[in-house]
Amino acid sequence: MFGLNGKDTLLLVAVALLVAFAPILMNPFPQGSALEIFNGGYPALMQRFVIFGIFAVGFNILFGLTGYLSFGHAAFLGAGSYAAMWMMKLLTINVIPALIFSVIIAGIISLAIGYVSLRRSGIYFSILTLAFAQMAFQLAQSVLQPITGGETGLQTNLNDPRILPQFLGGGSNVDGNIPKPSLFGLEMSSTYDLVMGPWTFVFNWGYYISGLMLLIALYISIRIFRSPFGMMLRSIKSNQQRLNYTGLNSRPYMLTAFVISGMYAGLAGGLLVAMDPQVGTERMQWTASGEVVLMTILGGVGTLIGPILGASVIKYIEDIFSKFNDTVLNIWFDFLPDGIVQDGFVWAISLFTGKQWHLASGVIFMLVIIFLPGGLVSLTKSIGDRVRRKPARDANDASTTPAE
Amino acid sequence: MSILEVKGVNKRFGGLQALGDVNLSVQEKTVHAIIGPNGAGKSTLLNCLVGKLIPDTGSVMFDGQSVLGRTPFEINQMGISRVFQTPEIFGDLTVMENMMIPCFAKRDGSFEMNAWGSVGSQKDIVEHAEEVLEDMNMADKRNMMASSMSRGDKRRLEIGMCLAQEPRLLLLDEPTAGMARADTNNTIDLLKEIKDTRDITIAIIEHDMHVVFSLAERITVLAQGTPLVEDVPDNIKGNPKVREAYLGEAQV
Repeated sequence: MFGLNGKDTLLLVAVALLVAFAPILMNPFPQGSALEIFNGGYPALMQRFVIFGIFAVGFNILFGLTGYLSFGHAAFLGAGSYAAMWMMKLLTINVIPALIFSVIIAGIISLAIGYVSLRRSGIYFSILTLAFAQMAFQLAQSVLQPITGGETGLQTNLNDPRILPQFLGGGSNVDGNIPKPSLFGLEMSSTYDLVMGPWTFVFNWGYYISGLMLLIALYISIRIFRSPFGMMLRSIKSNQQRLNYTGLNSRPYMLTAFVISGMYAGLAGGLLVAMDPQVGTERMQWTASGEVVLMTILGGVGTLIGPILGASVIKYIEDIFSKFNDTVLNIWFDFLPDGIVQDGFVWAISLFTGKQWHLASGVIFMLVIIFLPGGLVSLTKSIGDRVRRKPARDANDASTTPAE
Repeated sequence: MSILEVKGVNKRFGGLQALGDVNLSVQEKTVHAIIGPNGAGKSTLLNCLVGKLIPDTGSVMFDGQSVLGRTPFEINQMGISRVFQTPEIFGDLTVMENMMIPCFAKRDGSFEMNAWGSVGSQKDIVEHAEEVLEDMNMADKRNMMASSMSRGDKRRLEIGMCLAQEPRLLLLDEPTAGMARADTNNTIDLLKEIKDTRDITIAIIEHDMHVVFSLAERITVLAQGTPLVEDVPDNIKGNPKVREAYLGEAQV
């Protein structure tokens, strides 16, 4: 289907079903129960699952296929966000022109940064990209303040000088002084609540738009993985010297991969603004570049589904673990004898939750790297092998074969 | 007619004169061996031919065109393929994929954006790659990871990848270095077969005299960066200068 082989079609359909039913699947615990806090099925979080999924899928085209580790992709994420913001401020509140513009701007910037950075390989390439991203971040905070709004950031405003305020059904509804981004009049923030007994499932329009974008992004990624171009990218990772002595110029291949992954980042940045019309410079900070590296490695480098998985897990931990506070923990451990035992447990767990959620994600990251070097994707593989009573395959296998 | 002309090439690394006034002429459709003791400058010369090093002075002409200042992939596209001392293949790719990459390079040149159709849909490439795999007797290994093969098979694959490009000049850098006797003999047989069945010029750098004398039609002896003598194999065998260059040090 769509020019994909059976296995890839199955994968795409499976992801489509997961995206479609995530509002239900992510909300398994009824309201009022002790475990309700683990429910991830609210729009703000699910939007980030799919948006950062797009970011990581694009990053994986560069890192997973060619092995070139960029530490500067936050610059493209931020550029996409600013581009989309200005499109909404100056043209129309409709998200389509904003998203197109964010992809174009991120593509242009990644072309410039990639052209220079790709003169070096290995650690020097990583450092160059990091340097460029930090320069972009500093520029956004200082010289480019008229465009970026500096540390205060930007948000859409009713008084923005839009050329086409009513274009494509945009600009009708207002939240305070902030017009709501929409798609032909359908607001990104509009939701439908489905109440079933103690469960409330929230279906959000913006989430489904982002989810559709994720499916398109994944589909393009699959085609690239299976194409001669994708094979060339894998051969760069495997043996760049042989490629050059086989009459192929690795530079334009690398640059194309870099720009494609930059455009994915731009789309993700644009979507973030479309969902929540505000942006600050922190989106371009190096920690955001590091985060996408973690997502890709956590899920499985060079696999198709891994980056989406990794992005979801990290965003879930970020949101859910940071909600735990001492009150919540005390309720959970109420069954323990009062006093030192309960307090001890609460204290120990609270080290990894609340504001310290990074510690929890760090521990999980460490465990995955040590026990599942192929990422979370290799977990399904090793379980499958065990069920079929086959010896577990070499861990390297998972990272080099772009299956799944 | 000579296909490769090296004239007055000098290469210096700091205080070391690696190549001093090297002249070499490789005739079309012959097997030309370049031999010499360790440090004679064989590898430096080869690297000057493929664009990895640029000589300080002198000229290197391939088929009437200078290769100097060109990058390795440009020189390859001119028709020079290189086999490395340790087999350089795409270890993380299957044997079939390894073979398809040079086929793409042959068909599409140094860069072609081909990101939409699947690899398998390129029927002519698949056919071409399969043909070469058959020639190399590797068709049964087509789905193996290239890194999991024996050294002899890796060498065979690498030579096959070079042949898939139908180069006019095949450069071999000690193709049997570190190989077991059986693998060495297999490689010699393979190279003999290539020489007999294809319109190809082969330049081979080799240490192993057994390999050199079973293949070469002409031999250049290099010593201390300078060509000592160039002749047919039979004359090289008895040449006292060659004996001295090789054995002089050993007698100390």
